[in-house]
Amino acid sequence: MAERSFAKEVELLRKGADEEIRCEGILAVTKALLQSGVAYVGGYQGAPISHLMDVFADAEPLLNSLGVHFEASASEAAAAAMLAASVNYPLRGAVAWKSTVGTNVASDALANVASGGVTGGALVIVGEDYGEGSSIMQERTHAFAMKSQMWLLDPRPTLPCIVDMVEQGFRLSEASNTPVMLELRVRACHVYGRFTARDNVRPKYRLQDAMEKPNRDTSRIVLPPANFLHEHEKIDKRWPAAVEFIEREQLNEFLGADDGDVGIIVQGGLYNTLIRGLQGLGLADSFGRCRLPIYVLNVTYPLIDSEVHRFCAGKRAVLIVEEGQPEYIEFSLNTILRRADLQTAISGKDVFPKAGEYTGDVMRRSARAFLERWAPELLDADRARDTGAGQGAKPVVVPASTGNGDARANGAGNGVDAGPELSEVVPQRPAGFCTGCPERPVFTAMKLLEREIGKFHVSCDIGCHLFSILPPFNIGNTTMGYGLGASGSSAFNTEGANQRTISVMGDGGFWHNGLTSGIGNAVFNQSDNVVVIVDNGYSAATGGQDILSSRAANDVRSTRHDIGDAVRGVGVKWVKRVTTYDLKAMKGALKDAMTTDRKGPKVVIAESECMLNKQRRLKPLVQTALKEGKRVVRERFGIDEDTCTGDHSCIRLSGCPSLSVKPNPDPLRDDPVASIDNSCVGCGLCGEVAHAAVLCPSFYRASIVYNPSGWDRFQQRIRDGVIGYLQRRADARRARHAC
Amino acid sequence: MPAEHPTTVTSGEVGRGQPQPEGPRPLTLAIAALGGQGGGVLAGWVVSVAERGGYLAQYTSVPGVAQRTGATIYYLEMFPEDEARQAGTEPVLALMPTSGDVDIVIASELMEAGRSMLRGIVTKERTTLISSTHRVYAISEKSAMGDGLAPGEAILARARRDARQLIAFDMQALAEDKGCVISAVLFGALAGSGALGLPREAFEDTIRASGKAVDANLAGFAAGYDAARAGRADTTTPEQVTQPQAADPWQARSAEGERLFARVRAELPEAVHETAREGVRRTVDYQDPAYADLYLDRLKPVLAVDDAERDWGLTRETARYLALWMTYEDTIRVADLKTRASRFERFRREVRAKPDQIVHVTEFMHPRVEEICDTLPAPVGRMILGSRALRGFLGLFTRKGRHVSTNKLGGFVLLHTLAGFRRIRRLSLRYKVEHEKMQAWLERIAETAGRDYALAVEIACCQRLIKGYGDTHARGTQNYETLMANLELVASQDDPAARLRELRDAALADEHGEQLQSALAALRH
Repeated sequence: MAERSFAKEVELLRKGADEEIRCEGILAVTKALLQSGVAYVGGYQGAPISHLMDVFADAEPLLNSLGVHFEASASEAAAAAMLAASVNYPLRGAVAWKSTVGTNVASDALANVASGGVTGGALVIVGEDYGEGSSIMQERTHAFAMKSQMWLLDPRPTLPCIVDMVEQGFRLSEASNTPVMLELRVRACHVYGRFTARDNVRPKYRLQDAMEKPNRDTSRIVLPPANFLHEHEKIDKRWPAAVEFIEREQLNEFLGADDGDVGIIVQGGLYNTLIRGLQGLGLADSFGRCRLPIYVLNVTYPLIDSEVHRFCAGKRAVLIVEEGQPEYIEFSLNTILRRADLQTAISGKDVFPKAGEYTGDVMRRSARAFLERWAPELLDADRARDTGAGQGAKPVVVPASTGNGDARANGAGNGVDAGPELSEVVPQRPAGFCTGCPERPVFTAMKLLEREIGKFHVSCDIGCHLFSILPPFNIGNTTMGYGLGASGSSAFNTEGANQRTISVMGDGGFWHNGLTSGIGNAVFNQSDNVVVIVDNGYSAATGGQDILSSRAANDVRSTRHDIGDAVRGVGVKWVKRVTTYDLKAMKGALKDAMTTDRKGPKVVIAESECMLNKQRRLKPLVQTALKEGKRVVRERFGIDEDTCTGDHSCIRLSGCPSLSVKPNPDPLRDDPVASIDNSCVGCGLCGEVAHAAVLCPSFYRASIVYNPSGWDRFQQRIRDGVIGYLQRRADARRARHAC
Repeated sequence: MPAEHPTTVTSGEVGRGQPQPEGPRPLTLAIAALGGQGGGVLAGWVVSVAERGGYLAQYTSVPGVAQRTGATIYYLEMFPEDEARQAGTEPVLALMPTSGDVDIVIASELMEAGRSMLRGIVTKERTTLISSTHRVYAISEKSAMGDGLAPGEAILARARRDARQLIAFDMQALAEDKGCVISAVLFGALAGSGALGLPREAFEDTIRASGKAVDANLAGFAAGYDAARAGRADTTTPEQVTQPQAADPWQARSAEGERLFARVRAELPEAVHETAREGVRRTVDYQDPAYADLYLDRLKPVLAVDDAERDWGLTRETARYLALWMTYEDTIRVADLKTRASRFERFRREVRAKPDQIVHVTEFMHPRVEEICDTLPAPVGRMILGSRALRGFLGLFTRKGRHVSTNKLGGFVLLHTLAGFRRIRRLSLRYKVEHEKMQAWLERIAETAGRDYALAVEIACCQRLIKGYGDTHARGTQNYETLMANLELVASQDDPAARLRELRDAALADEHGEQLQSALAALRH
């Protein structure tokens, strides 16, 4: 089961016409899919799109009652290929993933479906993982839309608009026989707001209709000669059809002032931030009313030439607000204007930063720079916002007063002036392994092994285990993509090397493609290296979704397929399974793998259940047992502050959030002592580390007995009696000369 | 295909007409939190209370990897529904905070308040900053080999200067006290600040409606509310609050103790009194009064070369580090500390055991041949260490770490007996080795003081490197020896004291001694 349950929220999906729904963006998208009569949905989890997959998983009964098939796809490529169902049949389908990484994986299938075209509406929902909170390379999905000629929707980040664009996306797809991408930035995926629902629609044409009465059309298959025809068809038929639909349905919006000799063109998704930036310059208000005309591109690809002409005609200059790079829209705008011989100047990356997220501060600064050049009279109004408002009790209704707006408008408020010194104080807070994470000992073992056999190259993968590259472990050289840990070290396959390399792969990445691209590849090419497969039972980093090898019971998926069997099945002879928390065994297995004489790839399956999921699974069980009066023992660890000398070796070999420090209670010592807080889940790694690394005797494990048995109590009375006597005697001795 | 219906992409009149920049603006609120701290719960509550209070509320976040212990931010905008109704259109609300534009910043940890000031979203004109003053240390602070903690009071000083209104106190402690999540206390502080302009009941109803741990959360809420109403803005962080001292630290609890304290006051200058008193306390606790006498005797040669003009700094530092060195952590000491009644009380308190609850405690010990020999009388210990056969034989029993259950009879008696070796500690191998080194160190301090007082102080402070057990102790000792072996090199430089201090810092900078080696190499050039 996933980390976040949407069991309550999915009830919202049942709402009908004219009912108000308050929810987060992803849930609104889900509802819009159901309102669109979608017949099948697939996808692969990953922030910021994970919740969409989780919502669908939790909504399985509703989906079944509507005749919608939902599939947790094996990979984005598998999801994209699913859209093949819309090629021959009027079936609406949607798939979702994290972009651009997921789009990279999906590209082969996407290019194929885009080439042949679709009959039923095909929608690709991409969570654009760009800017703050992102965990991937900073690229644009826009490029994929262009290269395969799929249309790209980028709606204003408000739920009614997002919902409408989902529905319109299907129509656009059908009107132009082209798959359509809907791009949602991280914050839009998670934005909580409200919209008015429409009724859910059962798909009119059903999957079983297609299965029972299949039809085919060879001209839709990407093979000569059709592939050459497809290219012409895209340009001659599908593109004009899309343009016509977009214009007719007014998917793009002309907002703000009716006219003016300067204007702004903005990607729909950035509209709200732009308005906030303009508010800072006194040019807009909270209702988006603005002194400049704004052309909002809810469709960022293709551009609609006639709309661009209409907007730019008569304007001296137009500012294009386009996040990310390269600035494809800006390039196209220039071409469109050039071809129409319009002399409107296009300003974009000349005033905006070339790279990075466009925040409210960036909008304010760059819009000001644009206006200073092209319409200083708008700024001269001396209405640039003064942040000094809000002295009253209710800041909401306090008008933005006049004043020294310049510095403020440039984001150089008080908070920024003395920045450098603060930046030296405030520590970085990189993400890390959770409390009690079973992956931590894998890397502790690697650190300890390094002391014994020397340094080795480590090829990392995508997943929680990638936190190994961050402090305190600082382990890992490269990461080449999901499931590609083992293939990332495939070049290091040479005779005569005196050290092997270790690759790390998660169970999620393993099933995504690592089994073939990593393990199969290593077998076939006779690699002699070591692969560690972290088997924690879930796709943990993306929110704890089940996968093929999950051990938890799952009524609607087939799980419990052993990774070891799969690895042996593709020809690995040396396979060891080890429980990660057994640090000695973990280190031993790695050492064996690194030093054995056996040729061929060595696979260590490092197994232990994801602690987040385990806690979620166990907590209710423990609570019930406690209530029923059953004997329960809870374990947690602690540190004796008087034997800890404040060296923190234990922390450098663990980094557990519950293992922290506190000021030294000893008046003669300065260095903080280690300390374990009550969030400890008793995984035992710190004790193992103290043993394996011969650290210090300060750690102790406390086993707290709830609902003790009579035998427990009897034993305890005896112990308390004897130990208490000896302790009292020792105390008395000390008291004789105590200070 | 589903029935087509008219599109409503342009909902209402968004973005049409003449702007009124002086019209109503949304109330904006940012929550700076750590992944896993429950910032999402708090954001949900604020949305809920705002909706109760007649606001249109929008909230968003950037989860992702930050969910795994990183720093993250939640952002809310609230707009009066009445105003929207009057205008006949929905407001355009932003999805991220803009500097100079944020009314309320809630930081669930002190450094996150610092981070939000770094972002520039805390401004004098507008921002109410509500921050817990407790610390959740970052990995860089925790993993330092010495003291890597960031100075929390610097954040509070800045917050007082930069925020329009500051509410700051240890909300984590309150939450623990009330058995609730920190979000409840923060929510209470938000209500108490009056920044949302909504009545207390609306907040409490929100907590009740959530249906989870309602009573505890309401108690935490009330505590946070009261503190905020009282305008509580602490200027110190919780860890700066000093431990409550005994009424009179000079009040010894035995005649022997009084005699030793009297010696401290009679023989040492006042500037050294406190340190020496703690040193005496420690050495007595470690061994016996005679050991404390030895401690005070050993300070005499250093005192003789020190003077009042320098405020007896050398003697004070020596007193401090000599006490630590004389109470080196051996097996006997560990067994002694582990078996004390006071320690049993402490671990029960730490794991929050109820008074009558059974708590078993298991120690993780890994005595090696070296530690066993250390505890034995010196000749025996040396013999074993010198004999490969005996070493190997003993080694058979020390390959694995030992689990010792200190509150079971077997484990306790074992450790209690070991603690009793205190009586023959003076004969042990470790005692001989440590005291020889100590003597050499003291002589070096005294001898250097005449030539270079500041350098002598730094030599005294080098004892700080020797700490820990096993490999850690060996590494520290080696670093110490390296520094002592290079004293001549150091003395040949400009400002030798500063050079030695740099070398010591370098030794504490990394585990593999790389920085120390490069610092030494730099000195040689």
